[in-house]
Amino acid sequence: MGGSIIRAVDGITLTIERGEFVALLGQSGSGKSTLLNLLAGLDRPTSGSVLVDGRDLAKMSSEDLARYRRNDVGMVFQAFHLIPAMTITENVELPMRFAEVERSERAQRVRESLERVGLGHRLEHRPSELSGGEQQRVSLARALANRPSMLLADEPTGNLDSRTGEDILNLIRDVSLSLGMTVVMVTHERALAERFAQRLVFLGDGKLISSSDPGPPAGPGFGLPGAQEALA
Amino acid sequence: MKGYDLLDLAVRNLRQSKLRNGLTTIGISVGVASLVAMLSLGVGLQQLATRRLAGSGMFDTVFVTSKQDFRGFDREEDQKDQHPENAPVLDEPARDKMAHLQYVTEVEPEVRVMGEIVYNGQTHFGFVTGLPMSARENEAFDNLQGKFFSRSDAGEVILLNDFAKELDPKNPKALIGQQVTLRYGERQPLATDSDNVGRPTLSDGQNAGNSNPASDTYGFSVVRKTQPLKVVGIIEEEPYGGMRTVSRGRIFLPVDLTETLNMAQFTDMRSSLRGGGKNYMTLTVRVKNPAKVAQVQDAIKQMGFRTFSVLDATKSLRRFFTVLDLFLGIFGSLALAVATLAIINTLVMAVLERRREIGVMKAIGASDGDVKRLFFAEAGAMGFFGGVLGIALGFAIGKAINIGTGIYLRNHQLPAEPVWILPPWLIGAAIAFSIVVSLLAGLYPASRAARLDPVQTLKYE
Repeated sequence: MGGSIIRAVDGITLTIERGEFVALLGQSGSGKSTLLNLLAGLDRPTSGSVLVDGRDLAKMSSEDLARYRRNDVGMVFQAFHLIPAMTITENVELPMRFAEVERSERAQRVRESLERVGLGHRLEHRPSELSGGEQQRVSLARALANRPSMLLADEPTGNLDSRTGEDILNLIRDVSLSLGMTVVMVTHERALAERFAQRLVFLGDGKLISSSDPGPPAGPGFGLPGAQEALA
Repeated sequence: MKGYDLLDLAVRNLRQSKLRNGLTTIGISVGVASLVAMLSLGVGLQQLATRRLAGSGMFDTVFVTSKQDFRGFDREEDQKDQHPENAPVLDEPARDKMAHLQYVTEVEPEVRVMGEIVYNGQTHFGFVTGLPMSARENEAFDNLQGKFFSRSDAGEVILLNDFAKELDPKNPKALIGQQVTLRYGERQPLATDSDNVGRPTLSDGQNAGNSNPASDTYGFSVVRKTQPLKVVGIIEEEPYGGMRTVSRGRIFLPVDLTETLNMAQFTDMRSSLRGGGKNYMTLTVRVKNPAKVAQVQDAIKQMGFRTFSVLDATKSLRRFFTVLDLFLGIFGSLALAVATLAIINTLVMAVLERRREIGVMKAIGASDGDVKRLFFAEAGAMGFFGGVLGIALGFAIGKAINIGTGIYLRNHQLPAEPVWILPPWLIGAAIAFSIVVSLLAGLYPASRAARLDPVQTLKYE
């Protein structure tokens, strides 16, 4: 191998409990997004393992990984990544198409998800007609559509003003509490992370710097051995 | 992903860039249209040729000749047979035997002799042909002026229009109902040896020829005779024309009449050389059902005769049209090949443009297979719409060809006939072909889309 290999994530061993709200912090290039993608099954480690409920993502076929992303994971992005040509309703419905949810059930679940994020109107509008905060809510509703057990958020407040960012994080916390969902959020805003996450994980140059426990346990599922991640 | 979701998303994506996908679809449709127009032209021409043959009334007919006579169409078959001299001749017993074959309705000799028609003191030369009553069904009589023969031995004559014009250049139609006189050569037994006019067996003849020159007196006299005839009709074209003998018949008599008149024929000469009696040059065997032609033909071949039917003609015709269709197909496919490149181009562009979207779909649960199938569905949908549009376009082109040739034919005083025919199977086949070609074109873009790394596509803002 050449000398220019960059280890985006290197020798990290991290265990995340079911229902936990974890914030991954670090400078850009610290490997926090890569860690999130590994958790999401979008990327594979060159070595090591990613264990979710005892299953090793590193050893799954791409078909199984797709199924895992579809059923067990919901993702929220900094840039929202809604499909511009689709209406709000259709965007939220999209993951259910991949999951082959019956059509009769979809409308019900779309409404349910949108209500959960506080969006009950402008459902036939396109994403570009909505404000950033509203778009992130739609994105969150989409992430919830297949009722996953884990929510992965990549800088969810990065494109929002601080007020709206707080609203979104409040929403994420409420949803995770009421659904017992594990949340892993990548952010570089330490203040927000301290306010909402139960645990802060600091990364630098692909390595784990520290893992703190800033607040009291907040979720009903907290403390149960569930999702864990180990990278060697 | 379920089928309807796949199609829904595919069509939705196609509508996103209406212009580009529309143009590509039109490209496909032009390809399909040219293919359809070409193949339909092939089909149309083939049907036209088949119709011509069917109209000639020969689909139920087998022509029988003796292998002693002219070489047949099938050289190889002739060569493996015995020496032509030993081949059976077409004589009365053979005719009788054929008439009793299964499915045979009629066995008529072909009578074709030189004759003259005397009208208004003028003499006009022409070939006289005997026609059976069944010839009425031939398309040559579709625009018969006047009537057909009343009986098979009636003293009546039908003239070819060209010949009638020779008789009466100003008003050939006025000939109908007129009396004319036919001058012909009658075959008569030799006055000195009337006993030999009968039909000695071939072996007798040979013996006589070889061992006893004194009795080698076979022969006949040809004596000029006249027969008054009433002109009953005039036709434009010779029935069964073209497929048969070299000379064009212009004077038509009922076949039984020609036999009663005992006209001297070309073959009489040949049979007299061999010492044989009267025999036929060609027998026309009519079969009850065109489907049985091959069977009857085989039975007659078994008897040692040479046969010819339209089946033989259509065999080579079919070969010709297979080659023609192939060439028309290749020519028509060129445009479709270009359209295929357009599909690949369009879809590769779409993959590039929708990198982000593909990444998002994968992130929220689409498998590589889902992404691949989505692009396949888009290619297939373009193929389908292009195919349907292409059929419509090809139909329009074909109509234009038909109208064009129709005008051309009418300008040349010919009846307009469709040369372009779109059979239903071609509609289905063209659409299916268009979809298959589009799917093949989608192969590369689809796998390229499926291989996209979601992490890369989602990274850049």
